[in-house]
Amino acid sequence: MNVDLSRRGFLKLSGAGVAATSLGALGFGEAEAAEAAHVRAFKLTTTTETRNTCTYCSVACGIIIYSKGDVRDGNADIVHIEGDVDHPTNRGTLCPKGAALKSYVKSETRLTQPMLRAAGSSKFEPITWDAALDKIARAMKDDRDANFITHNDAGVPVNRWTTTGFLAASATTNETAWATTKVVKALGIAGFDNQARV
Amino acid sequence: MTNSWTDIKNTDLVIVMGGNAAEAHPCGFKWVTEAKAHRGARLIVVDPRFTRTASVADVYAPIRPGSDIAFLMGMIRWCIENDKVQWEYVKNFTNAALLVKDEYGWEDGLFVGYDAEKRDYDRSSWDYQIGEDGFARTDPTLQDPRCVWNLLKQHVSIYTPEMVERICGTPKDKFLKIAEMIGECSTPTKTMTSMYALGWTQHSKGSQNIRGMAMLQLILGNIGVRGGGMNALRGHSNIQGLTDIGLMSNLLPGYLNVPTEKETDFETYMSTRAFKPLQPNQTSYWQNYRKFMVSFMKSMWGDHATAENDWAYHYLTKLDVPNYDILRMFELMNSGKVNVYFCQGFNPLLAFPNRGKLTSALSKLKLLVTIDPLETETARFWENHGDFNNVDSAAIQTEVLQLPSTCFAEDEGSLTSSGRWIQWHWAGGTPPGEAKHDTWIMAQIFLRIRELYRTEGGVFPDPIVNLSWEYADEGEPSPEELAKEINGRALTPVMDATDPTKTLVEAGQQLLNFSQIRDDGSTTSGCWIYSGCWNEKGNNMALRDNNDPDSTGAYLGWSFAWPLNRRILYNRASADMAGKPWDPSRKLMEWNGEKWTGYDVPDIAPTSAPGTVMPFIMNAEGVSRLFSRGMLRDGPFPTHMEPFETPVPNVINPKIVGNPVARVFADDAAQFGTSEQFPHVATSYRLTEHFHYWTKNNAVNSVLQPQFFVEVSEQLGEEKGIKGGDWVRVWSNRGSVKAKAVVTKRLKPLTCDGKTVHVVGIPLHWGFIGAARKGFGPNSLTPFVGDANVETPEFKAFLVNIEKSTAPKEGPVA
Ligand code: SF4
Repeated sequence: MNVDLSRRGFLKLSGAGVAATSLGALGFGEAEAAEAAHVRAFKLTTTTETRNTCTYCSVACGIIIYSKGDVRDGNADIVHIEGDVDHPTNRGTLCPKGAALKSYVKSETRLTQPMLRAAGSSKFEPITWDAALDKIARAMKDDRDANFITHNDAGVPVNRWTTTGFLAASATTNETAWATTKVVKALGIAGFDNQARV
Repeated sequence: MTNSWTDIKNTDLVIVMGGNAAEAHPCGFKWVTEAKAHRGARLIVVDPRFTRTASVADVYAPIRPGSDIAFLMGMIRWCIENDKVQWEYVKNFTNAALLVKDEYGWEDGLFVGYDAEKRDYDRSSWDYQIGEDGFARTDPTLQDPRCVWNLLKQHVSIYTPEMVERICGTPKDKFLKIAEMIGECSTPTKTMTSMYALGWTQHSKGSQNIRGMAMLQLILGNIGVRGGGMNALRGHSNIQGLTDIGLMSNLLPGYLNVPTEKETDFETYMSTRAFKPLQPNQTSYWQNYRKFMVSFMKSMWGDHATAENDWAYHYLTKLDVPNYDILRMFELMNSGKVNVYFCQGFNPLLAFPNRGKLTSALSKLKLLVTIDPLETETARFWENHGDFNNVDSAAIQTEVLQLPSTCFAEDEGSLTSSGRWIQWHWAGGTPPGEAKHDTWIMAQIFLRIRELYRTEGGVFPDPIVNLSWEYADEGEPSPEELAKEINGRALTPVMDATDPTKTLVEAGQQLLNFSQIRDDGSTTSGCWIYSGCWNEKGNNMALRDNNDPDSTGAYLGWSFAWPLNRRILYNRASADMAGKPWDPSRKLMEWNGEKWTGYDVPDIAPTSAPGTVMPFIMNAEGVSRLFSRGMLRDGPFPTHMEPFETPVPNVINPKIVGNPVARVFADDAAQFGTSEQFPHVATSYRLTEHFHYWTKNNAVNSVLQPQFFVEVSEQLGEEKGIKGGDWVRVWSNRGSVKAKAVVTKRLKPLTCDGKTVHVVGIPLHWGFIGAARKGFGPNSLTPFVGDANVETPEFKAFLVNIEKSTAPKEGPVA
């Protein structure tokens, strides 16, 4: 039997403690098969592998995310992240930042719900998404209506809003960037910048 | 980057100056190691600190922060003096032969046209002599005293090795050793690559630092070739993409410009963007500007952008100042002129200069909205953390909404690497709690505002209610829908420009690439330079063929690189005038008698015969610019300027303070410190184990580098009685920080203009939130002034004092 098995495939197969027959096909004797059968299942065997890139620097190393569950079902839990050996730039390697990406995803200071800090308060308090978004829209509309400059002194349309500003990110996707550009430029916000400035 | 990470393996010589790739871009630096190991390449590092990059260098030379221009001009002078010039390249592919107007000149550190009152130059004389045929006048023999080459020779003549040593503190013998190594790369068969980062950009003359090296690379014939290039090692994972998509006050996607008030209608706006070729036969690709602009407007406003209404030109903001950049916005905020401010994945309280001013400014907002996967100092600027954030919460009236967004692992879409590879990624995890995608958040905000305008009316609702928003789920546009919009599609059939009976693209189909973008309203394209990323062939950003024929490092089948999947910019310059590769062993493009062939996508039209279209198609000249005309505000050649805070006066003209045309707000000018009060130069930098202010939220990285420290030399330690591990206080005229001292051999005092200069190194990863110990960032100390052209703050050279001290006090919040 001619089995073309990659390293990862082999780990999956052996780690899963699959039937002795397939191990036998690989040339393992019965004793090894019996040994393999009671070894704890390899951690990554039942996971989904997803291709992604490191969020930190612009070397843009390829990574593989291993998760249990399914993103489509809303229950994908990331259990491991490693370098993508197929990626031409990093060829599987990661630096001390990339190697610790899982701890970013699982950081204790990840945000999980919208919060509001009231004027003069010394703490954040939870607020619903609906209430937060309504508040934002109201504040922006009121500020825009009050301060939007439609024409300059010479009567030229300038459509400029300088009393509200927007700083965009540096690790969001191009698609987020495009959606953000559309909204911010349509509103006429002049003070629009991103991290490339620094 | 003009080239890519994987191309670095093709080089003979790497110069890392203005960066520290081994620590800041470790897996990219691997390609330097590869070049060293397999090609025998050598590495030069010029840096104020003996970094880990320096530790594997063949030659390391120290330099005083903020003096790079003198070094680079000195290098150009040395190459010219010693005939280390790639002459065929210089004569044909640069503007060396073009003649400059007689009025142009330079004297005492200033160019012609300086207006001290306005802090600006009249740049009208910084341009070519134009002949009667409308083309720039040239002297291919380089004899005319007004040709760019002779003006350059004259310009760099003052930067002798002795002058370089006097200004930079770089010992003459080190400088000459480096000059010899660099000079070898003037032969057509040797190349040098320049790798730089924020060590060059974060100066009040950052653009000129980069110009300096670009000029040197052109003189050596190292642009457009394998193993060469100007390689800006961008910071964050999608800094490149966010710049490309134009998320800036003065930009629109694809490096189009936001109009100014002076451009009162679309035709006026377009009139300065004709980009007529300045030499015969040249492409001057920006002649297509109108197509890109009209198609962008169609992407924004669809049917509401018509020829009759100037493609909705008046929906766009018209600027009254060059830029509403971050520094200006915080200046306005601090004067009480900003009410609402958004920070999407950005932590300005640590990322911008002069933290005291930032806190004061944020305290004057009505509403601050942060959108981030992580806690940030900015979102909690009102919270007291003792010495680390000493504020009176009750006195701060700003309301703050902190919105949780997803991170890379939970979203789908593309990021653009430093090498311009646009790589698609997929979601591997479910967002925690109620965290939402940024696209959802932006859509929700937009839909609510649009609804308010629809129901209540209000000031100029047109650009809002008419914004094209056609997505299957209005409340959450999908990454695929947005990417396709960026690429662009045909609204009505697009006809072949050479054969109007032939349909190129049917209505509704995705455009193949930007060659199909039209200016008649028949196409959309959100960002023209990305066009081709998602066409009828599908999502090209997701391609994963890692074959590399003949191991050139091009990887054309891996993802999609802008523009047009081109991996090395200006690649026509990799071949000589006859179209033969300069170095046959490093062939990139070659003319086969009919067309350009090779390992990359040619930069010029594939059938343009050698000797006609020159490689620099974005320039109206068709050639590259040693003399940059009026493109930069602070000079057509780089000239030595000191940082705004400097230990020694400008030796060329002591009256010149900093960059004479950089914008300085009055309150910030008052806060510049002098070398009498603040005798030491400080500079900021990153560490291998941390990424800006994110990894301090990460337990692993926080264990690796738990605590804020500053680095001083053994000599300064001795002078101040500071030992390793002592608490020290470092202060500038704007603020004060406390840190553990690292006394190190990595920093050595320099002698500049006869004076001993100590450098204090300040890493930038700590704040008052996260898993690491509380600390400070250099931004508590740095001056609020930016580069004269792009307003990048001067983080890399400022003045401080230092003394032995005691531990900082924790605040009420543990
Ligand atoms: S693993 Fe390191 S080098 Fe690679 S992208 Fe991430 S931060 Fe950059």
